[in-house]
Amino acid sequence: MSLAPTPARSLPTGWPWLLVLVLAAVVPIFVHNNYLFDVAINVMIFAIAAYGMNVMLGYAGLLPLAHAGFFGIGAYTVGILTLKLGWSFWLAWPLAIVLCAALGLLLGLVAFRTRDDVFAIFTLGVGVIITESINKWDRLTGGNDGLNGIAAPKLGSLDFGKAASFFYLALVALALTVFLVARVRASLFGKSLIAIRGGEDLARSAGINVYTHKLRVMMLSTALAGFAGGLYAVYIGFLGAAITGPSTTFTILLYLLVGGVGTLAGPLLGTLIIRVLQQFIQGLQDYQYVVLGPLLVLLVLFFPAGLAGLWTRLRANRPPALREASDAGV
Amino acid sequence: MLAFENLGIRFGGNQAVQNVTGSIQPGIITAIIGPNGAGKSTFFNLLSGFYQPTSGRVTFGGQDITGLPTHQVVALGVARTFQTTTIYKELSVLDNALLGHRVRTRSGLWDALLLTGRERRERRASQEAALAALRRVGLEGQAHLPAGSLTQEAQKRVSIAIALATGPQVLLLDEPAAGINPEETVNLTRTIRELAASGLTVVLIEHKMSMIMTLADHIMVLHHGEKIAEGSPAQVSRDPRVVEAYLGGHAAPHVQQEFKIDLAEEAARLEGSHE
Repeated sequence: MSLAPTPARSLPTGWPWLLVLVLAAVVPIFVHNNYLFDVAINVMIFAIAAYGMNVMLGYAGLLPLAHAGFFGIGAYTVGILTLKLGWSFWLAWPLAIVLCAALGLLLGLVAFRTRDDVFAIFTLGVGVIITESINKWDRLTGGNDGLNGIAAPKLGSLDFGKAASFFYLALVALALTVFLVARVRASLFGKSLIAIRGGEDLARSAGINVYTHKLRVMMLSTALAGFAGGLYAVYIGFLGAAITGPSTTFTILLYLLVGGVGTLAGPLLGTLIIRVLQQFIQGLQDYQYVVLGPLLVLLVLFFPAGLAGLWTRLRANRPPALREASDAGV
Repeated sequence: MLAFENLGIRFGGNQAVQNVTGSIQPGIITAIIGPNGAGKSTFFNLLSGFYQPTSGRVTFGGQDITGLPTHQVVALGVARTFQTTTIYKELSVLDNALLGHRVRTRSGLWDALLLTGRERRERRASQEAALAALRRVGLEGQAHLPAGSLTQEAQKRVSIAIALATGPQVLLLDEPAAGINPEETVNLTRTIRELAASGLTVVLIEHKMSMIMTLADHIMVLHHGEKIAEGSPAQVSRDPRVVEAYLGGHAAPHVQQEFKIDLAEEAARLEGSHE
């Protein structure tokens, strides 16, 4: 991807996103199906969380397995502040994001003394600790009973309790996420992250301060997890500790793998496809995994770079004159 | 300018480098030679802050840089390349060089998110520095190709460009000619000489004797982690300790023989050319 920040160059690369955004924005005018809204909103919330994981795994090459823990911290912060202290969602949400970023920094200060697999296992442990703490801290989090009755936000006369309105809130949040993540990817900071993924020793000898870059991308990642979590809390209205556990982390990781790790479209594509697919095979109940499992195996076998990676590969088959030397440009 | 005193490192029971004292003279090409396992790359890793020495110290321009993390050593002006061609093969040639300039920029996460003036300014500066570095190694025409698609020699040049983009005063090259053919070696030798002529201090590790003898102004010989000789190519090639180090080793006889001829030929040629 070129560094030139001129509008003439960013327009052609950004137009599919604008098209998708406009299409998504006009859909509620014609469709009034609450079930479809529900699927779409869930896709968008978890896609934001997947983008948060992607900046770590896809850009910096670090597997953060405490991701759902931070999603949970964001969600519970919004839940507790609005429910118990009567805060406005519009204040609680930013605070939840800041808190997640700060805790991400703290975790990074310790976790980045490890590398590779050890880092992944370490964060997995932290994820379990977060879930257990939420589960046991009855007075704050409601423990096993969870938090009930978190109110949907209002903005003036706009009531986000209506699915159609919430759809727009989630859409704006997702659009902002994609926009910011794309900016990070094109930045000097983002390029340095790609360098760290490609080889830490070379990055270091090229003069990149690997440690501070990791800390900052960790903060971005946990902030995005909290951003998604806060939205989740007010959409679902109920919080239990289970959503903050490793199984959610691995579900988000699955979205990433299917969509394409390290790509811009991957997190959204993967979340969309898996969640829509799950809607179709829900009727099979316990047997749905018999369908889903082999499908995933086939996908990983034949599209190891995910669906967005498939697109990159197709593009790469065009004559060289048409393509730039770029990776993750989708 | 780059000086080291009693420099040493021990890995468990293995003293890989010990008691190396000396300095790198500015503006010239210094070669570090020695049989396999002599500790040459380890010595480089100590100079560049990759390894922390277990004894001794390193100074640069009078400043103690012992124990500084690599990125700070790079920031002070000491850049290095790796023995195996280490570049970002999936990135463009330009982006590779661009990463080398990162050490001169300060834009962080906020600059990225808000696309600040500093970010824009530093992107332009990085682009210019990267292109300048590519020009110095003769790769400006391939700037937009994926680095992995280049020839082995061109990839070596990319790794040098990354180091050059950091704006170094001292360039440490670890076997720049390993794995490339004789003709390419001649071209690369020319490039390295041009870099030195532009005022850069070059230190290189190399096994190709012909390259060293024509390129180096000064040679330092390591054996079993210790410095055993130092001097001009002609001096070093006649030094009995150097010959002993190479010939007394465990290399196969024909290798020893080749080396002996190599060394003698180069020394003779060198003396001939000076007369």
